Amino acid sequence: MRYLKRALQDIRQNRFLSLVTIVTIAVSILIVSAFALFFLNANDLIDAWKKGVHIMVYLKNGVVETEVSRLQKMLHGLVGVEKVNFISRDEALKQLREQLPRQSFLLDNLKQNPLPDAFEVHLLPATRNWAKIEKLAVQLEKLPEVEEVEYGRGWLGRFAVVFNLFRLAGYALGALFFLAAVFFVANTIRLVLYSRREEVEIMRLVGAEDRFIKTPFYIEGMLQGALGGIIGLAMCLLLFLAVSSNVTPEFFGGAFQIRFLPTGMLITMVLTSMMVGWLGCFASLKQFFK
Amino acid sequence: MRDGEEKTAIIRMFHVYRHYGNKTAVVDITFDIYKNELLFINGPSGAGKTTLLKLLYLAEPVSDGQILVNGMNLSRIARKKVPFLRRNFGIVFQDYKLIPTKTVYDNVALVLEAAGQKRRLINKKVKSVLRTVGMEQRINALPPTLSGGEQQRVAIARAVVGDPEIILADEPTGSLDAAAADHVLGLLRAYHTRGATVIIATHAQELIRKAGGRVVHLNAGRLVNMPDH
Repeated sequence: MRYLKRALQDIRQNRFLSLVTIVTIAVSILIVSAFALFFLNANDLIDAWKKGVHIMVYLKNGVVETEVSRLQKMLHGLVGVEKVNFISRDEALKQLREQLPRQSFLLDNLKQNPLPDAFEVHLLPATRNWAKIEKLAVQLEKLPEVEEVEYGRGWLGRFAVVFNLFRLAGYALGALFFLAAVFFVANTIRLVLYSRREEVEIMRLVGAEDRFIKTPFYIEGMLQGALGGIIGLAMCLLLFLAVSSNVTPEFFGGAFQIRFLPTGMLITMVLTSMMVGWLGCFASLKQFFK
Repeated sequence: MRDGEEKTAIIRMFHVYRHYGNKTAVVDITFDIYKNELLFINGPSGAGKTTLLKLLYLAEPVSDGQILVNGMNLSRIARKKVPFLRRNFGIVFQDYKLIPTKTVYDNVALVLEAAGQKRRLINKKVKSVLRTVGMEQRINALPPTLSGGEQQRVAIARAVVGDPEIILADEPTGSLDAAAADHVLGLLRAYHTRGATVIIATHAQELIRKAGGRVVHLNAGRLVNMPDH
């Protein structure tokens, strides 16, 4: 309690320096949390897309009905497969007509149905990752009755690569801002220590242990970190509210709704910013007291 | 030291030197300071008085020789133990060394806070000691708003609030007028009467003449009289 009182006194006495530290941490947290918010929602979006991911297995012409039902059973028995729908070539044409009501006249002129019989293979959630889908597709392509397997690898694969690159860049930026914030806090505490070096010296001369002198600085650093973290997250929330009020669920085809950072992540961010404050203090105090 | 009391050394110095590069501020000092003694270290400016005091509370290390304080050998004391050594001393600095941003109360309370005393006890002792030095009316004042004599009295209050065995005062009346100097000397003598060992470094002969007590003379870092052993 005594240390907390001294820390609060110090913050009051060094208002400007404290404000600079708090703003620095707040801006760092704002940038990192904005990135986190983007990745969280991008991840949700990908998950929503993944839910719709299925493998289309197109059969060769002339596969007989008994073979079809044997294949359906076999596909259903594969690891990671949730359900298998058979879409006959006639049904496929019917669906195509329904999907293209204005262009259906084009299909009227067809002498024969060009579409193949196909299986629509839906996957279990655990299988909805890129490597597993690809592995399963390769396995299916090897079947003699199968003409072609399609799973949208082109765009989804590329998107996953880009997304992972963004994620890596996000981690790197996060680390960079973490270090920058630690550096700023360390510098601020160093300036405070420098401006109060005489006071620190007097404390030592009257018999104060290092712990007595250092503890209020640590509390000060962590308080500044917590305040900076909360302000940064509040700014992020304001930004989110401004953006989300203009984005309706229909914007993403109703498949997903953007959301703010979950409570656990908010607490982690505030704790991290407190750690930034602590680390900044640690670095400058270590140098000052060596 | 009162007449008839047995002399017990509280500080012992053996061939103490303090060098600064090529210069030597303290040269081969050997003498004892006794419990409950009023001792003056006298000498002109630059004689090494302040340096000698600094060596006692380890503001500076001894270059050569040995100093024992209450049996503790200062050359062998661990860095962590230095604060505990300093709690044996109440120090009145030449330039007062009051924290300008803290009130009179907070400046004095600092010593007890650093020693981990309870708030209630701190409050009681600080108020009592400020009453003794006549500063209870200025308890919430900041040091820059006080006169030199008042600052010196606060410095004395801070030096004695922890009931130290030894009080070191470096030129305690150096920048005060005669009345303020008498008041400060009176306070230091009062604490000596209560049982503290009081060591005063001063160049003022008048002060020594008024106060009585043993005197050791320093010149160019050397003892120039034979102190009593």
